[in-house]
Amino acid sequence: MAPILQVKNLSHIYSTGTPFEHKALDDVTFSVEPGEFIGIIGHTGSGKSTLMQHLNGLLKPTSGQILLDGKDIWSDKQLTRQARFRVGLVFQYPEYQLFEETVYKDIAFGPKNMGLSAEEIDRRVREAADFVGVAAEQLEVSPFDLSGGQKRRVAIAGVIAMEPEILILDEPTAGLDPAGREDILQNIDRYRKEKRATVMMVSHSMNDVARLTQRLMVMSDARLVMDGSPEEVFNHAQELLEMGLDIPALTRIFLELKKLGLDVAPVYTMQQAVESLTGLRGGDCHA
Amino acid sequence: MLKDITLGQYFPGKSAIHRLDPRTKLVILVLYIIALFMAVSWVSYGVMFLFLAVSVAISGVPLKSFVKGLKPLLFILVFTAILNIFFTAGETVLVSFLGATITLEGLVRAFFMLTRILMLVTGTFLLTYTTSPIALTDGLESLLGPLKKLRLPVHELSMMMCIALRFIPTLIEETDKIMSAQKARGVDFESGKLMQRVRALIPILVPLFISAFRRADELATAMECRCYQGGDGRTKMKLLRYKLLDFKAYGVGIITLTAVLVLRSFGL
Repeated sequence: MAPILQVKNLSHIYSTGTPFEHKALDDVTFSVEPGEFIGIIGHTGSGKSTLMQHLNGLLKPTSGQILLDGKDIWSDKQLTRQARFRVGLVFQYPEYQLFEETVYKDIAFGPKNMGLSAEEIDRRVREAADFVGVAAEQLEVSPFDLSGGQKRRVAIAGVIAMEPEILILDEPTAGLDPAGREDILQNIDRYRKEKRATVMMVSHSMNDVARLTQRLMVMSDARLVMDGSPEEVFNHAQELLEMGLDIPALTRIFLELKKLGLDVAPVYTMQQAVESLTGLRGGDCHA
Repeated sequence: MLKDITLGQYFPGKSAIHRLDPRTKLVILVLYIIALFMAVSWVSYGVMFLFLAVSVAISGVPLKSFVKGLKPLLFILVFTAILNIFFTAGETVLVSFLGATITLEGLVRAFFMLTRILMLVTGTFLLTYTTSPIALTDGLESLLGPLKKLRLPVHELSMMMCIALRFIPTLIEETDKIMSAQKARGVDFESGKLMQRVRALIPILVPLFISAFRRADELATAMECRCYQGGDGRTKMKLLRYKLLDFKAYGVGIITLTAVLVLRSFGL
């Protein structure tokens, strides 16, 4: 399959020519296939947010290219605007961007800006609300009367309603309770499967990315330092720890087991852990 | 980008200007402004310019940041210049067209007016660039202290000012964030008719106000949790004390003002 998104030698420097000059992205190159679920990890200030804002044309590269379907999004104005809609971006704490009188109107804001017909907007609003688990009767409520978790859902629905082919989320579960986190993550995955969309998610929860994603990108000091399956990335657990990043709790436990002299493979999911442990006992498991 | 607004931003440093007592800087700024309005001739403007240039040089604040801070004033500057050039009566006519005349007096006057505004703003920037907001409000509170006798809530006023200054960068950052988020939802700020552009501001302003109120609420709660009750009986961790450097600075400031006044009395 042809890659939907390609990033070529992307660099970005903030405040060029001032004492605050700061290189936020340094020669980042990767490509994304349709339908992938990608996790982006990296400590604060590693360039994740800057990278995300390049992918839908909010920031202009200092050098390098972003290609959507093989076409440079900065090569013509129309393509830049299209990129805004084809690549949906959910910022951190998106509930702070709500502004309309009703939940319905707020979710409809993006599709309206796309210039869609009233029926199409209506369909998308209801579908997006359904995707994130906002009940139909809540659509006429003021978004400011909702709880924090509900606001977050509405804000995510506002982006989903634009039906982006690539959905990018910056820590969509930050500050939510465990049940809310799980729910939102499942909703995002459902959107990806049903719409055959690509999802890129920035997260600090290694447990979440290990479980959900098929590919992990690790950012450190403005560079893309690792890019591969969770297995490949978590095999470099020691390097991740040195970068100041966390590793999944299971991986950590198994690293310790290995240090204690047990012959276990590095793991990052519960499934693997069970397999690895049963293998250890020669398949004779009564768990 | 919005981040580039430098209005009132503090540049940490260790120069002599940074180390001055905030009261000294405030008083000298007032003297400086008075002197600036008393200056009438090339000579007195020269004296003022020298004073400002030396202060800026000592402060070590890069000239670029002043230029950046002055940018938003461009319109006012151009407007003032045009008004002065065309509406000053004078005898030495240089150019005359379409009923408008440009006189030498007009040009000179426009030049003086521009210099005055530029020096006024640069001087004020020098204060805010070299003084942290906290030091600034501390100094102001101390200088206005005598007004407490008139039952003026000096402490409360300076606390309000301190909080306002503190939140300028926060709100700018917040605006930047909200703008990006709404742009990602397809808002177009750059094109469209005036009404469309005004309407495009609603998705920015509503969240911004809500977050400002939320922050105010949180701040008020946090302050109450620490038993803040206003200025009564409140002591300071950092007491303001004049040092030798401050007296020297006062000396230079007063000499400059006197020089300008003396020059003025000689018609210079």
